[in-house]
Amino acid sequence: MKILVPVKRVIDYNVKPRVKMDGTGVDLANVKMSMNPFDEIAIEEAIRLKEKGVATEIIAVSIGEPKAQETLRTALAMGADRAILITSETEVEPLGVAKLLAKVVEEEQPGLVILGKQAIDDDSNQTGQMLAALLGRPQGTFASKVDVDGDSVSVTREVDGGLETVKLSLPAIVTTDLRLNEPRYASLPNIMKAKSKPMAQKTPADYGVDIAPRLTTLKVTEPPKREAGIKVADVDELVGKLKALGVA
Amino acid sequence: MKTLVWVEHDNVSVKDATLAAVTAAGKLGEVHLLVAGKGCGSVGEQAAKIAGVGKVHVADDAAYEHALAENVAPLIVELMGHHDAFVAPATSHGKNIAPRVAALLDVMQISDILSVESEDTFTRPTYAGNAIATVKSSDAKKVITVRGTAFDKAEMQGGSASVEAVSATGDKGLSSFVGAEIAKLERPELTSAKIIVSGGRALKDSETFQQVIIPLADKLGAAVGASRAAVDAGYVPNDYQVGQTGKIVAPEVYIAVGISGAIQHLAGMKDSKIIIAINKDEDAPIFQVADLGLVGDLFKIVPELTEKL
Repeated sequence: MKILVPVKRVIDYNVKPRVKMDGTGVDLANVKMSMNPFDEIAIEEAIRLKEKGVATEIIAVSIGEPKAQETLRTALAMGADRAILITSETEVEPLGVAKLLAKVVEEEQPGLVILGKQAIDDDSNQTGQMLAALLGRPQGTFASKVDVDGDSVSVTREVDGGLETVKLSLPAIVTTDLRLNEPRYASLPNIMKAKSKPMAQKTPADYGVDIAPRLTTLKVTEPPKREAGIKVADVDELVGKLKALGVA
Repeated sequence: MKTLVWVEHDNVSVKDATLAAVTAAGKLGEVHLLVAGKGCGSVGEQAAKIAGVGKVHVADDAAYEHALAENVAPLIVELMGHHDAFVAPATSHGKNIAPRVAALLDVMQISDILSVESEDTFTRPTYAGNAIATVKSSDAKKVITVRGTAFDKAEMQGGSASVEAVSATGDKGLSSFVGAEIAKLERPELTSAKIIVSGGRALKDSETFQQVIIPLADKLGAAVGASRAAVDAGYVPNDYQVGQTGKIVAPEVYIAVGISGAIQHLAGMKDSKIIIAINKDEDAPIFQVADLGLVGDLFKIVPELTEKL
């Protein structure tokens, strides 16, 4: 079966984001961008399923500005077979992304779509669930283990309090949690090879999807700053302060 | 506005996270609850006593026993014919179900809200809590998940809502529950604890973590948390993880032991009332948010602290 893996270009997870002075958003000019960490895990899982002989082809797809092709090249260098870039100059919300992905799924008919559980920029945690809803397919969110068996897939999910396992009929939608796997690095030869792998260029209009945003960001502010604290000299002083606070 | 709140429960009792969602929903208008489960009559009775609730819808059917999104979402969508907003706690179950509901209603979800500014305007954290966005929704119906630590919990008593049975929409046959491994907790639950003692990579291994962190937590009646580094290194199970991708906590006191304070960790605990850091590196970022800091070797400090408390 084919596996479709949507990937997003986001601010690198090591960068401390800065809120713009005018309150319109986060300053992304000259900031290092990378593939969303959860999406790397999604690509890795797809590759492992291909290595096990479960998957036949891995298609990476990204929606965003033209630079998102760099993210797709990374996915190709890791082991994806081909890529689809849907270019949009304006930011597309999870609902719009899910609608576009639903069209790609209709075209490509993958047995599995593996997404990251959330993007570390908008922290929405919605796209996978929305895609499953639009397609009328089952969802295995926050997966820490994925086992394909015939026409179903068992997904162990990280839930509050522990783990739970669900069985989904294929085709299905899975979203990755951190502990699903350790993504591989792309080797230099594979980075070179990725340059010649096919990448289709599309626009939202090609799919006839309305991506007009439903939410308007009125302003973006920094979170309230904590007041600088004090350092205590030793345990006795710490115990004294804790007692004064009524903790002990 | 009529708001439907999804009640998180284990078919026996209402989970705490629901109560913060009820408070948030109360800011929008009339609050109705949905209890969907199997043999969940007692949950419905408890829910009816929550202060500020107008009506409780109870859907009792085997299809809802494990809160599978494929079965629960269509039920919610049907009830949304008579409601203007759907609110769920931003727990793992809430986050699983709500976006499925939103897409079926063709609306954008507003995730993890911190405040209700008006009927259509909310604040929510982005970029691991480093930027707070104020967003206005143009959708006719709102679908919202609520950050539990940002709202007071509604009282579990004083309410007298009417209870109404709703007919089930059936098992969609797309998914089934196989089993669960729930970690045993002998101490307070992380997200509702007043005090949390949290350990990081510096604890060395699982055994040392147990020896150093647990006695202090027990002395304080505290819950135990961990950084991602400690979880990935296998010191503790992953449901102990505090941070952007783990649990978001805001206790009265958060004691960070051997945790450097990466932004992903801070995203999960920086709304704690008092933060105490114990770390041997005096330049560790955790000291920039800590109210009380002690620089030194945790293997000496923590046992001494435990003894003197």
